[in-house]
Amino acid sequence: MSLRTNGLPDQDQLTASRPSPQRLARGPVAIFECFERIPCNPCFDACPTGAVLPFADINDIPKVDFDLCTGCGNCIAACPGLAIFVVDETFSTGEALLKIPYEFSPLPERGETIQVLNRAGREVGQGKVVRIQKGRNKLATPLVWLTVPKGLAQEVRHLARYQ
Amino acid sequence: MRQTNVLVIGGGPAGLSAATAAAQCGARVILVDSSSRLGGQLIKQTHKFFGSREQRAGTRGIEIARLLQEEAEAARVEILPETAALGLYSDGVVTLEKNERLIKLKPERLVVATGASEKTLAFANNDLPGIYGAGAVQTLMNVHGVRPGQRAVMVGAGNIGLIVSYQLCQAGVEVAAVVEAAPSIGGYAVHASKIRRLGIPILTSYSIKAAHGGETLEGVTVWQLNEKWQGIPGTEQVLAADILCLAVGLTPLTELLWQAGCQMEYIPELGGHVPWYDENQQTSVPGIYVAGDAAAVEEASSAMVTGKLAGLASAHSLGLCPDFPVLGEKVRQELTQLRAGPTGEKIRKGLGKLRARSRPGAM
Repeated sequence: MSLRTNGLPDQDQLTASRPSPQRLARGPVAIFECFERIPCNPCFDACPTGAVLPFADINDIPKVDFDLCTGCGNCIAACPGLAIFVVDETFSTGEALLKIPYEFSPLPERGETIQVLNRAGREVGQGKVVRIQKGRNKLATPLVWLTVPKGLAQEVRHLARYQ
Repeated sequence: MRQTNVLVIGGGPAGLSAATAAAQCGARVILVDSSSRLGGQLIKQTHKFFGSREQRAGTRGIEIARLLQEEAEAARVEILPETAALGLYSDGVVTLEKNERLIKLKPERLVVATGASEKTLAFANNDLPGIYGAGAVQTLMNVHGVRPGQRAVMVGAGNIGLIVSYQLCQAGVEVAAVVEAAPSIGGYAVHASKIRRLGIPILTSYSIKAAHGGETLEGVTVWQLNEKWQGIPGTEQVLAADILCLAVGLTPLTELLWQAGCQMEYIPELGGHVPWYDENQQTSVPGIYVAGDAAAVEEASSAMVTGKLAGLASAHSLGLCPDFPVLGEKVRQELTQLRAGPTGEKIRKGLGKLRARSRPGAM
């Protein structure tokens, strides 16, 4: 099973896409789960710090200089594939902060306890909504900022509200 | 009989781009579209587009429709909505129907950007209410705000199947599964990952065996396929569903081009029968251009670029657009880049075949 047969990246792909443990220990950083060459480069235009390196070919997989990345999340809102997430493993002793693209209505509310889901949509625990970040354009992808137990920072990629 | 420099048939991404490009060169342009709202399929595409800034990547399709229409209006394109092109005759006359009246028009150049239509599948009970093309479901939800049902099964894991599955979830519909007859997912991996996160399974090497229901659809039997694409008895699963969505590909809408006597070629990689056309989108009939899905079924980003190319080339052939040698080359480069990656392989192969077919008039 692989990305092409079931839509799930394998462990090697995930490991290769991840910033170094040293970089993760320094604060918020974007993680690009973009593994396939497709004609797409809005992340480059969205990045205010030059962390997304210029594309030689629009089909290239984005290359990121994680040292330049501030974890602002502009690329998350721009990414048509919803394939970018920000992880901050320094949020608190026990919790990591995630910024996740969320295009469902109604949006969760600040302070709300939510189910957190992995890449296969399975519930792996609970999280708490810290902030909802909406762009100036009402059609922009909203970002949900949520806290999760630190051990789940690289597992959680979606959320669901309790009914 | 009305006259114009350029007539564009079809107001989707290709047609709007063609009309604006030609009008910006100074051509008098009329654009006709059979529907009341311009944008073609863009008006139901609530997802963000791929491509680059030139093709408005990161912007949603619905927004692109509005922007393209504004550009066409600013370029003084005369837009005739709710106007159907009925026929295209050998003397260059195009017949149109608007408000139950027949209009005859003789354009100097014509750009055909009529798009494509959805294919369907043969299986038992495929005429039950609740069985839709994916495009129809998208129209119901995203244009009319109607939730089409409670629980859906999607057939086809190309980009349309994956995107519409996501949009069904956004509309509050549960998606039981996406089934795909091929052994791998046809659409972009990011779209597949997006719906996996929502908990939707993607069953590759699976197809639909039959639909069930009384008055309307109640369930669907799917089964696994062997390497010869035949169903394997004993692998059947019954999925409860009141919607079955077919997203099994598109085929170019080319009736007008057939009628005009354009040389047609069967190229499966481009979606079926397409007209022969040159590097500037001109068909075998001089003065008739083709753009967008009518020329080759591919992404809307490419449709905007082929439209622009056809618009510029048609204007140039009228003695306008003196910069065409440079501009045209730039636009063709843009197209080459969009089609350069692995996802463009099919289109490159198809265009290679099309160009290898003997050029009209040559032996």
